[in-house]
Amino acid sequence: MSTQNEIFSAGADYKYGFVTPVDSEVFPKGLNEDVIRAISAKKKEPPFLLGFRLKAFEKWQEMKEPSWAHVKYPPINYQEISYYAEPKSKPRLERLDQVDPEILKTFERLGIPLEEQKRLANVAVDVVFDSVSLGTTFQKKLQDAGVILCSISEAVQKYPELVEKYIGSVVPIGDNFFSALNSAVFSDGSFVYVPKGVRSPMELSTYFRINEKETGQFERTLIIAEEGSYVSYLEGCTAPAFDTNQLHAAVVELVAKERAEIKYSTVQNWYAGDPKTGKGGVYNFVTKRGLCAGDHSKISWTQVEAGAAITWKYPSCILRGDHSTGEFYSVALTNGKMQADTGTKMIHIGKNTKSTIISKGISADEASNSYRGQVKIVKRALQSRNYTQCDSMLVGNRCSANTFPYIDVGNSSSEVEHEASTSRMNEEQIFYLQSRGLSKDDAINLIVNGFCKEVIKELPLEFAVEAQKLLALKLENSVG
Amino acid sequence: MIDIIDLHVSSNGKSILKGLTLSIRKGEIHAIMGPNGAGKSTLARVLAGHPSYEVTKGEVWFKNQNLLEMNPEERAILGLFMSFQYPLEIAGVSNRQFLQAALNAQRKGKALSTLSDADFEELLTLKMKEMEIREEFKERNVNEGFSGGEKKKNEILQCALFEPDLAILDETDSGLDIDAMRIVARGVNALRNPHNALLIITHYQRLLEFIKPHFVHVLSDGKIIRSGSAELALELEEKGYVPCRA
Repeated sequence: MSTQNEIFSAGADYKYGFVTPVDSEVFPKGLNEDVIRAISAKKKEPPFLLGFRLKAFEKWQEMKEPSWAHVKYPPINYQEISYYAEPKSKPRLERLDQVDPEILKTFERLGIPLEEQKRLANVAVDVVFDSVSLGTTFQKKLQDAGVILCSISEAVQKYPELVEKYIGSVVPIGDNFFSALNSAVFSDGSFVYVPKGVRSPMELSTYFRINEKETGQFERTLIIAEEGSYVSYLEGCTAPAFDTNQLHAAVVELVAKERAEIKYSTVQNWYAGDPKTGKGGVYNFVTKRGLCAGDHSKISWTQVEAGAAITWKYPSCILRGDHSTGEFYSVALTNGKMQADTGTKMIHIGKNTKSTIISKGISADEASNSYRGQVKIVKRALQSRNYTQCDSMLVGNRCSANTFPYIDVGNSSSEVEHEASTSRMNEEQIFYLQSRGLSKDDAINLIVNGFCKEVIKELPLEFAVEAQKLLALKLENSVG
Repeated sequence: MIDIIDLHVSSNGKSILKGLTLSIRKGEIHAIMGPNGAGKSTLARVLAGHPSYEVTKGEVWFKNQNLLEMNPEERAILGLFMSFQYPLEIAGVSNRQFLQAALNAQRKGKALSTLSDADFEELLTLKMKEMEIREEFKERNVNEGFSGGEKKKNEILQCALFEPDLAILDETDSGLDIDAMRIVARGVNALRNPHNALLIITHYQRLLEFIKPHFVHVLSDGKIIRSGSAELALELEEKGYVPCRA
């Protein structure tokens, strides 16, 4: 079986901290209307999209960077970032063997043997390398089923009417500072369209990787599931180790129509910076939101956030259809000097809507880990229910964990339940397991995976195994 | 089986064991009794390899190997088992998952093949029946929500699964009612054979009514101050520990 998921198994030495020496075209640093026009021109975009970008840029200029999150970082100079990079030898490829061998080698080091995957894995992969999507596999099988999986740039060319209809429909241009920035400069990302009544014949998977040193990766992903359809989408993220910070400001929008179901899983292992000095690392400022547009629709977010210097991320669900369901399963692990402020928003608008939030925060060393979640049930969302469970595990004495729940229930027929706990992984537990014959690593592994069980079991099987390993590896040097 | 020679142990700079010497042979049952704070549990934990103790002097040889140079899991694999006075809870991990992981880790360490799910299930079911532990304890999280007696039974169940050469029972009788104690004692007695040995650490002699020791030692202020046969336990029960110190 292929080892594609090795992408996640970074230990103390960040395994993915290599830079690929590929000639690439990078825009000069700085952001203004001309840069946006240049990006749009580069991508040969239709006028509606340029308009979208310019409107977003206008909004963004009026907005302030949010400061309410429980994270600290020096001010970002947005004029010091380059907003577009593409590997220079970008070809229009029919086959993978036409890809620059250096890039293919990178994929291999990332553990994504695309060639092998074609034969072995039942996963279609759309790889985003910096800003341009390179190779898409399994197109044939998906085509036969009528499922579209391609880069958003390709979708803009091939399916402009779909993109125009849905882009910005879930996360409006001016939603927040980072989403406005993304809307102005987004480079690439994935596009998924599942037609009415179709179950996607395989899990769809994308790997994101930031290669250029001072490029922001502004990923834009749009997934539309038509009536009665089903799709499961996985993303994994890595970045090379640089001592400067890199900005990743992504926007992901999901639309689920009547009785449609979208399952979106993320295993994020961006470079987190130097664990001692905190130097470098990715700023992961992400807006993910799903709209349960139709009755009986369902959107499920599962995330394992184990990297990035700073994570600011709240995958949310707007439950507009009656009887629609939103789920959020999250493990956020912070160690070294990492900071995470992550959680979800569940907005109940339809009647009999249901949401579940399971959040597991693990904090070690000098890291800070906050859960921030909003549950809002509007007046007309009668008989709606939410269950929230927030558990924090502390490893050592210098880390911190916080929980910020916001609950707003607008009618008396709805129910909201919130449970929270904080525990400490201690030396005694590890000793107990060791005295039963388990190695220290296996002991930590067992404890961490016990703690995260409810979330891990939501991941597709092969992702689950690798996510477990990743969590254990990350903590190895933080315990005792 | 095990030779403990002039063992000195301290924790956070405080001296706890001050020259303890004890040898246990195959087939023997030894009991260590003594007042609170004498160092009984420290002895058990040091033998199992707890990291918070410092051995300042002395040697421990277990099956002709230098025990003090080994980490806790190596000691377990070599055949040493300690039943904890306060077994730990592990959230989200089922008892079955824990027991299977531990048994297979030990088998792997001994270069034996690991047990398949089905073989392990069969073994576990059998051992649980013998220990009169209800089936539901397979699914429950390790020691979570277990009563005191259930935790101790679960410790002996592990002992039955691992079949160690030397089992150290640290205050296994504490927190047990008489019925639970009978079951635990029966479980322990069933594990006995001429090739293994047992070290019982206890404050009271009541467990020793059910598991007859060959030797009883009195530990006081970090040293064994008196050794004798099973009758010594009865004498201690009657007269208390005070006369021993004279």
